[in-house]
Amino acid sequence: MTLLSVRNLRVTFPTRQGTFEAVRGVSFDLGRERLGVVGESGSGKSMTGRSILGLVRPPGLVTADRMQLEGQSILNLPERKMRKIRGRRISMVMQDPKFSLNPVMSIGDQIVEAYRLHAGGARAAARQKALDMLAAVQIRDPERVMQAYPHEVSGGMGQRIMIAMMLAPDPEILIADEPTSALDVSVRTEVLNIMDRLVRDRGMGLIFISHDLNLVAQFCDRVLIMYAGRIVETLAARDLHQARHPYTRGLLNSLPRLDAPQDRLPVLQRQDSWRDGDPIAESLETEFPGGL
Amino acid sequence: MLTVEHLNVWFGHPPARVDAVKDAGFTVAPGESFGLVGESGSGKSTILRAIAGLIDTWSGRIEVAGQPVAARRRDRAFYKTVQMVFQDPYASLHPRHSVDAVLSEALRLQGMDDIDRRIARLLDDVGLGRGFRFRYPHQLSGGQRQRVAIARALAAEPRLLLLDEPTSALDVSVQAEILNLLSDLRAEHGLTYVMVSHDLAVVGHMCDRLAVMQQGRIVEVMTVEDLRRGAARQDYTRQLIAASAGYQRA
Ligand SMILES: Nc1ncnc2c1ncn2[C@@H]1O[C@H](COP(=O)(O)OP(=O)(O)OP(=O)(O)O)[C@@H](O)[C@H]1O
Ligand SMILES: Nc1ncnc2c1ncn2[C@@H]1O[C@H](COP(=O)(O)OP(=O)(O)OP(=O)(O)O)[C@@H](O)[C@H]1O
Ligand SMILES: [Mg+2]
Ligand SMILES: [Mg+2]
Repeated sequence: MTLLSVRNLRVTFPTRQGTFEAVRGVSFDLGRERLGVVGESGSGKSMTGRSILGLVRPPGLVTADRMQLEGQSILNLPERKMRKIRGRRISMVMQDPKFSLNPVMSIGDQIVEAYRLHAGGARAAARQKALDMLAAVQIRDPERVMQAYPHEVSGGMGQRIMIAMMLAPDPEILIADEPTSALDVSVRTEVLNIMDRLVRDRGMGLIFISHDLNLVAQFCDRVLIMYAGRIVETLAARDLHQARHPYTRGLLNSLPRLDAPQDRLPVLQRQDSWRDGDPIAESLETEFPGGL
Repeated sequence: MLTVEHLNVWFGHPPARVDAVKDAGFTVAPGESFGLVGESGSGKSTILRAIAGLIDTWSGRIEVAGQPVAARRRDRAFYKTVQMVFQDPYASLHPRHSVDAVLSEALRLQGMDDIDRRIARLLDDVGLGRGFRFRYPHQLSGGQRQRVAIARALAAEPRLLLLDEPTSALDVSVQAEILNLLSDLRAEHGLTYVMVSHDLAVVGHMCDRLAVMQQGRIVEVMTVEDLRRGAARQDYTRQLIAASAGYQRA
């Protein structure tokens, strides 16, 4: 079932050099699945996520032929209406969690507030829920961390706190922007298991933005590969390592490998033709019958 | 180039005191690249911050280039030798300073001349086109910000560079560019690196030796050859190596 449907999404910014198109015609459908989004820095991954939640700040401009949440348009909703969706029906774990947390409010208060906004109920119950969420994301001493302020926690702890906060209201869709980039591998596994369970057991839709190609290949169901604001290729995640597009291949080749040391890492030789090429939509329809 | 002995770092006062680093010690030779890996919250960033003089509450001994460092304030000469790239590219750039302002301030602080040419060169070095020079942090993607942060650290032409997850916010191709750049700089200028990363493949690529941390302690110091062979002495290290092989759905 389609939770979110996006067609021809564009995000533009006026700059000194003229209009800059950060997202140039992105189309995809999200079901109850783990959808990976990969692509080089600046390719428009975060902007795609932010535009869904109405978080692109002016003078940035968002247009689309369609942006629907379970059949209802959410494109450029007034802020008042967007607030009812944001955090409740769609949550986003920002790329920089510590920056997105309120610096002058204790971590406990922030999670409790996020939870009560959605579920209401007594403070004590919300507090217990917050402690449980922190423990679930492998925070070693949840009691202390509840009282800490954002500058008093490590990078990876901030990331996990943000995840706990965004999952507290039980959203239908989670957009996770590099949610595990600061986590050591063992903690990362636990955090991924939580998201995985939400998709499997509760039918959440997950947009998983990441530069970790190996991880996306193992964790996700499908992958969108973005370049210069466009989707250049869509693959079943398990086929990522067999990708044919030279850009995707270039990304794969630039990974260092523990088992195959090399002096220099290959870097991308970007080609102009990657910027445009054929609209991808038709090929997607044939490769993914029944939905993009 | 760097000696750390019996380093303890704490925050706050009892009973709320947090002992973030406990009795840590390691040495890094001139021109060496040393990795710090381990559990999230285990004290990796705290060690770098203590070396960089950003934390007052520590005990033990830190020597940089043969000189013990001052317990608290460090002078300008210190920052000519030691620079740090922070884990958090968003928080480390002032929101109202353009890229140009950030870099010219760093250059002026070190008494550099020819600011204009140097800025252009720094931007080239980190793979940002000239078009980025007058942008503000909110107009940059995560990876673009991190490159500005690296350019700022390089501006002082330091000898010891403390790198806290320098590429974890970057896509793999820019990561490859930055790692190649860091390798070149090390080869050309004999720079010394201490690099925190949770990516064992990155540490394997960049470093000669590494320390593994868990709960505030260094549990093991090993060579990268040992890491590649999976020859770990501690359970925790073995666990880390096993987990880095990939994610398996439960
Ligand atoms: N306010 C703005 N004005 C102009 N350009 C902007 C603005 N905000 C973002 N951009 C540009 O939009 C492009 C897409 O940015 P986005 O943050 O989506 O990249 P990304 O794919 O998430 O990259 P990263 O992996 O580095 O986070 C970038 O080139 C960025 O410089
Ligand atoms: N200013 C502070 N006040 C109180 N506690 C702090 C402060 N800074 C760090 N800590 C605590 O010190 C411990 C170590 O944090 P540190 O940032 O060094 O971890 P890290 O190994 O870098 O983790 P990560 O990989 O998640 O970045 C954490 O428990 C953290 O909460
Ligand atoms: Mg981004
Ligand atoms: Mg850290």
